Amino acid sequence: MPTEILMPALSPTMEEGKLAKWLKKPGDSVTSGDVIAEIETDKATMEVEAVDEGTMGRILVEEGTEGVKVNTPIAILLGEGEDEGALDNAAKSAPAPEAVTEAPVEKPADPVREIPEEPVSKSVSPASVPAQPKTDVADTPEIPAGTDFVPTTVREALRDAMAEEMRRDESVFVIGEEVAEYQGAYKVTQGLLQEFSARRVIDTPITEHGFAGLGVGAAYAGLRPIVEFMTFNFAMQAIDHIINSAAKTLYMSGGQMGCPIVFRGPNGAAARVGAQHSQDYAAWYSNVPGLKVVMPYTAADFKGLLKSAIRDPNPVIFLENEILYGQTFDVPRLDDFVVPIGKAKIHRKGKDVTLVSFGIGMSYALKAADELAGMGIEAEVIDLRTIRPMDSATIVESVKKTGRCVTVEEGWPQSGVGAEIVARLMVDAFDWLDAPVLRVTGKDVPMPYAANLEKLALPNVGEIIAAVKAVTYRT
Amino acid sequence: MAERATAQKRGRTRSSAATTSSPKKNSAPDLATLSRDEELKAYRDMLLIRRFEEKAGQLYGMGLIGGFCHLYIGQEAVVVGMQMCVKDGVDQVITGYRDHGHMLATGMDPKGVMAELTGRAGGYSKGKGGSMHMFSREKQFFGGHGIVGAQVSLGTGLAFANKYRGQDTVTLAYFGDGAANQGQVYESFNMAELWKLPVIYIIENNKYAMGTAVNRASAQTDFSKRGLSFAIPGEQVDGMDVRAVKAAGERAVKWCREGNGPYILEMQTYRYRGHSMSDPAKYRSKDEVQKMRTDHDPIEQVRLRLIENEWAGEDDLKAIDKDVRAIVAESADFATVDPEPDVAELWTDILK
Repeated sequence: MPTEILMPALSPTMEEGKLAKWLKKPGDSVTSGDVIAEIETDKATMEVEAVDEGTMGRILVEEGTEGVKVNTPIAILLGEGEDEGALDNAAKSAPAPEAVTEAPVEKPADPVREIPEEPVSKSVSPASVPAQPKTDVADTPEIPAGTDFVPTTVREALRDAMAEEMRRDESVFVIGEEVAEYQGAYKVTQGLLQEFSARRVIDTPITEHGFAGLGVGAAYAGLRPIVEFMTFNFAMQAIDHIINSAAKTLYMSGGQMGCPIVFRGPNGAAARVGAQHSQDYAAWYSNVPGLKVVMPYTAADFKGLLKSAIRDPNPVIFLENEILYGQTFDVPRLDDFVVPIGKAKIHRKGKDVTLVSFGIGMSYALKAADELAGMGIEAEVIDLRTIRPMDSATIVESVKKTGRCVTVEEGWPQSGVGAEIVARLMVDAFDWLDAPVLRVTGKDVPMPYAANLEKLALPNVGEIIAAVKAVTYRT
Repeated sequence: MAERATAQKRGRTRSSAATTSSPKKNSAPDLATLSRDEELKAYRDMLLIRRFEEKAGQLYGMGLIGGFCHLYIGQEAVVVGMQMCVKDGVDQVITGYRDHGHMLATGMDPKGVMAELTGRAGGYSKGKGGSMHMFSREKQFFGGHGIVGAQVSLGTGLAFANKYRGQDTVTLAYFGDGAANQGQVYESFNMAELWKLPVIYIIENNKYAMGTAVNRASAQTDFSKRGLSFAIPGEQVDGMDVRAVKAAGERAVKWCREGNGPYILEMQTYRYRGHSMSDPAKYRSKDEVQKMRTDHDPIEQVRLRLIENEWAGEDDLKAIDKDVRAIVAESADFATVDPEPDVAELWTDILK
């Protein structure tokens, strides 16, 4: 059976090309890898190599022909023992080439036409996209009545969470700069080296890109690394591995792989450390499917959520805050206190306005709520705790009650977490809103060093109160 | 035989990074002696990769494979030779985007690989990964990575996990002469030697990083010396001769299994095709390509030896060729008729 040689596609976007030159004539023998023709695409002249072996039978498209559509038969190859007679049968089955031999009609020089148009048939109408499945997150377990609470700093809560999980699971280890001998740049890993040895608490060289990639590779192999970044500012060196290697691999492998890893460390502004050390990455990572992003406020949530993050089979970005490390909160004295990822918490009940915040933003929101109460405005304060997957339901339920919402975050306004909440409320709570949702954010500037300017760049309680007054139409 | 002489000469140009600790003694043979069965297996495995890649090129031309498609033709001896040195399904392999040859060498099913290239449900990643993103836990193949150099840190992490668990498993981390200039490669070298991780860094020097010749991109073109400042031993190997690859690979594997840390193998090889399907390869002469094909072809070298030793006749080799073509044709048929993934797959495998 003679083989048809088809006009090949030679780039991701090629639909037609010019058959520039034939390098084999009828009767020539052809073996795999022989260059048989040259084809001009819009970008380059490419050589076409034979895949099958045989004798060149008939040329169907002459050299010099332009506009030859991809997959048009351009020649017929005879197999071993076949002769000219076989050609006639083959030619009958070959459709006539849709070649344009004359010069193509000049198109008007309309720049709009130059943009490659997506064929209508290829574009997907919204109706044909299957709906995104909903995932349920378990409710935060009630803390049993009679449970003792222990005043604990965020720093201690994080250390306790890691220690408990490392006792529980041999595959958990901590890796990062100064985590072992130095006991942690911010003393978060204090005591872990002594309890778990240098095998499981590992000081790295200052190579974020490298050790993040190494951590992801270890997670591919089934270990559960906790990768500490001295600050998330330095994780920008490693963001390729966080997103391209960790977040996307489960999908790209059709579910075969998995990457149980926690990237943790202080995030956002500390105090007077300037623009390169003061950025909130919550919005950045929350943009990425395949990641979970957690940013707690209280010590109890830091502990319970870090334990969940370590057990999670997915990559989790765990955003801490240097200023919160030393703050003390009550943590329940329980053998295994775990807080589910993906569940917001109503930190303070109210009926007049919903304040949504997370991380250190909560400290501004709670102070504002106290002052607002003095003015007769009862604010409901929601601690988002997890940025991705976002617990919209808790926000929407609250807004249905209050009709008003203000978001609070230290990050920048454009494409921020607040912007996302606003978009969701427009869709899911539009009919319940009595005022536009307002955002209180960090200012749209790199963080200044000067004390007065830094203070201005961060959100403050006054701005929250002003926003709440605006949405409740108070003066 | 000219090519044999060249091969030996190249095999000896080793850089001895750690002069005292390098396991390669002067008396060590530069070429492994292959048995008849080994020669036949090497021939068949390399031929499978070549025919598979030719078919992939054809399917790309027909529009059945989309996007980028980087063919491995010419470099077959590297993966086939290295795989002869390790335990299938135990030792791990990770590479970049020119990955079809590595997958076939680890024993992954050609049907599943080809169906992934065409984006079908029966592909290794259910059609969701494509040419550059495939994995097989069963065969210990960890990808398939599209970001140049990423696999070096990731492979170092696989080796870290092996050491952590006290296993003597070895990781083969393949990358090109282009990736060898990425910063994370040296971050990885440093940690691997510091912690004595059992990883073999295999630099497939095919002379061009996309369209840039090595001497235009690399201040030091002897890649076996790239671990010098970390005291990682390295060798230059004739990557066109499967015997040279096997000999060097065995030294490297032994070095790693015995707990001595990482090892670098620079495989001097050549890709016949362009960087990807849409690369016309104008940066090199036709003569250069033709010379490599005629004088150094890895498959032809084995074929000539098989004939010369009277280990196989033309008919035997034709039978192997026919067999391989049938496997490839079957994989292409499967990859053409297998359905695209169900639309519900859009939303699966994002989180576990």
